[in-house]
Amino acid sequence: MLKSQKPKIEKIYDSAQRRNPALDELYEVFNYRYLILQLTRRDVLTRYKRSALGVAWTMLNPLGMMIVLSLAFSHVFRFETVYGYPAFVLSGLIAWNFFSQTTTAAMVNLVWGGGLLHRIYMPRTSFALAAIATGLINVTLSLVPLILVMLVTGVPVRATLLFIPIPILLLAMFALGMGLTISTVAVFYPDVAEMYAIAIVGWMYITPVIYPMEILPESYRFWISNLNPMYYFINLFRAPLYYGRIPSMEEILPAVIFALAALVIGWLFFTHRSDEFAYRV
Amino acid sequence: MESLHPNPEYAITLSGVSVKYRAPNERVGTLKEYVIRRLQGRIKHASFWALRDITFDVNRGEVFGLIGHNGAGKSTLLKVIARVLRPSEGRVVIRGLVAPLLELGAGFHPELSGRENVILNGAMFGFSRLEMEDKVERIIEFSELRDFIDAPMRTYSSGMWARLGFAVATDVNPSILILDEVLAVGDEAFQRKCIARIEEFREDGATILLVTHNTTLVEQMCQRAALLDHGHLRMVGEAGQVAAAYRQSQTA
Repeated sequence: MLKSQKPKIEKIYDSAQRRNPALDELYEVFNYRYLILQLTRRDVLTRYKRSALGVAWTMLNPLGMMIVLSLAFSHVFRFETVYGYPAFVLSGLIAWNFFSQTTTAAMVNLVWGGGLLHRIYMPRTSFALAAIATGLINVTLSLVPLILVMLVTGVPVRATLLFIPIPILLLAMFALGMGLTISTVAVFYPDVAEMYAIAIVGWMYITPVIYPMEILPESYRFWISNLNPMYYFINLFRAPLYYGRIPSMEEILPAVIFALAALVIGWLFFTHRSDEFAYRV
Repeated sequence: MESLHPNPEYAITLSGVSVKYRAPNERVGTLKEYVIRRLQGRIKHASFWALRDITFDVNRGEVFGLIGHNGAGKSTLLKVIARVLRPSEGRVVIRGLVAPLLELGAGFHPELSGRENVILNGAMFGFSRLEMEDKVERIIEFSELRDFIDAPMRTYSSGMWARLGFAVATDVNPSILILDEVLAVGDEAFQRKCIARIEEFREDGATILLVTHNTTLVEQMCQRAALLDHGHLRMVGEAGQVAAAYRQSQTA
C-alpha cells in the first residue's frame, strides 16, 4: 500500500548555508510556484463561492460604485469639464481598487493566515504573491464593464487599450512592494492593519481618482502629482483607455522608477525580516 | 564540536543550536503604545533563551524520542527542525523531506471541496502539479471519503476532516516524520490506523521524531531519546535510561 519510491534528489536544509535572503526567497518562490497558483485559485474561488452571481461581482462592484459616484458627484460638483464622467471615474476606480485590495489582502493573509507559517515551511512571500495574482485576474475582468460603459456613454474605444498590460504590470510591481512593506510592519504591530485601512481612504481622496486634476487649485497640484506615486499609476492606467492615447515617456518613466524602487525596497525589507516572523506572527 | 561536514549518516544534525526570544518586558501590542513608551524610554527588552546550546544527532531510520516538561523547549526545537524557525545561534542540518504532523488538516479551507483542499495542502508541502496528479487519487482512496470528496469541507464532520488531513500528511512520504502528541487525539479506530501507518513508515526506513510526555510510549517505540529541561539538553541516550531519568526528575 505504502509506496517505496524515495525522492530522487534528497533535499538538504542547512541553516548555516545562508545565501542572500532576498535571492533565497526568489529561488524558493520558483520551487513553490504551484503553491502560489493554488493559493490564487483558492482566493478567486472562495471569494464568490456562496454568492448567487459569483464571479460577476468582480465586474458589478466597480460598476455600482461608478453609478453612485456619477450620480453624486456630477450633481454636487458639476464636472462639466469632464467628458464621459462614468468612464473617467470607473477607469480610475479599477486601478485604485486593484492597488488597495491587493496591498490589504497581502497584509491580512499574512497576519491572520500566519498560523500556517508556524507549522510548516513555505516561502513567506507566497501570500503576497497570491494576492497580486488574484488582483490581476480581477482587474482583467473589470476591463469588460469598463469597455461597455465607454461604448454606452460614447467615449471612443481605441486600439491604444492594447497598451494596458504595461500600466497594470507597473502597478502590480508597486502594489507588491507596498504590500510586502506594510505586511512586515503589520506582523510586528498588528494595529497597523487598522491604520492602513484609514490611510488608504485618505490617500484615495488626495489622488485624482474620482475627480480630475484640473479642479484642484494650482498650488496643491505639485504635492498631489509629483510626490504621490499613485498619481502616475492612475494616470498611466487611464491614458490608453479613457483618453485613448499612448502615454508619453515623461509619464511612464516616473511610474517605472516608483514601481522598481517600491518592489526592491519591499522585497529586501520583507525577506531580511521574515526569519523573525515565526517568532512574532 | 561544530563539524564542517556533518556526517551524512545522520538524518538530523544539531550543533550548538540556541534560540533566543526577544520579548519586551511588558506586552506592547500596538504601534501607538510602542511609540509612546519609546519616547518615554520605557521599552526594555528581556532576552529569553528557549533553547541553549543543543547538540545531538538523529540517525537515519531511527525512532527518536524527545521528552521534557511543558515549556522545556520541545515545540521550539520542532520548529527549528521543521525549518519554520531559524536558530539564533548554531547550525541545523536536515537530510530529507520533513513532514510535520501537527494539527491535522490545519491548512484546509471550509469553502473548498475535499479534492481542492487535498491539492492545496499538497502544494503547501512543496509538491508540483505533476506530483500531486499522481497523489490525489491515492489520498482520496486512503481517506475513504470518495463519496464526499467534491462537497465543500464545511459539510464534513471533524472526524472526516482529521481523516483527510492524516491521509494528505502521510502520503507526502516524508523521510522524516514529526509526531507531536498526535496520538493523543482522535478516536480509537483512527489511532489504530495512525499507528499502523507509522509502523509502515518505520519499515520503509523513515526517521521518526516522537515528542511526548508519555515515557511508556518512548520506552515502547523509541531506540534513543533526548531529555530537554528549561531549554537545556540534560541527556541523550538509550530510550529506557532517558525515560527513567525523566521520571526521576518528575518525582524529585
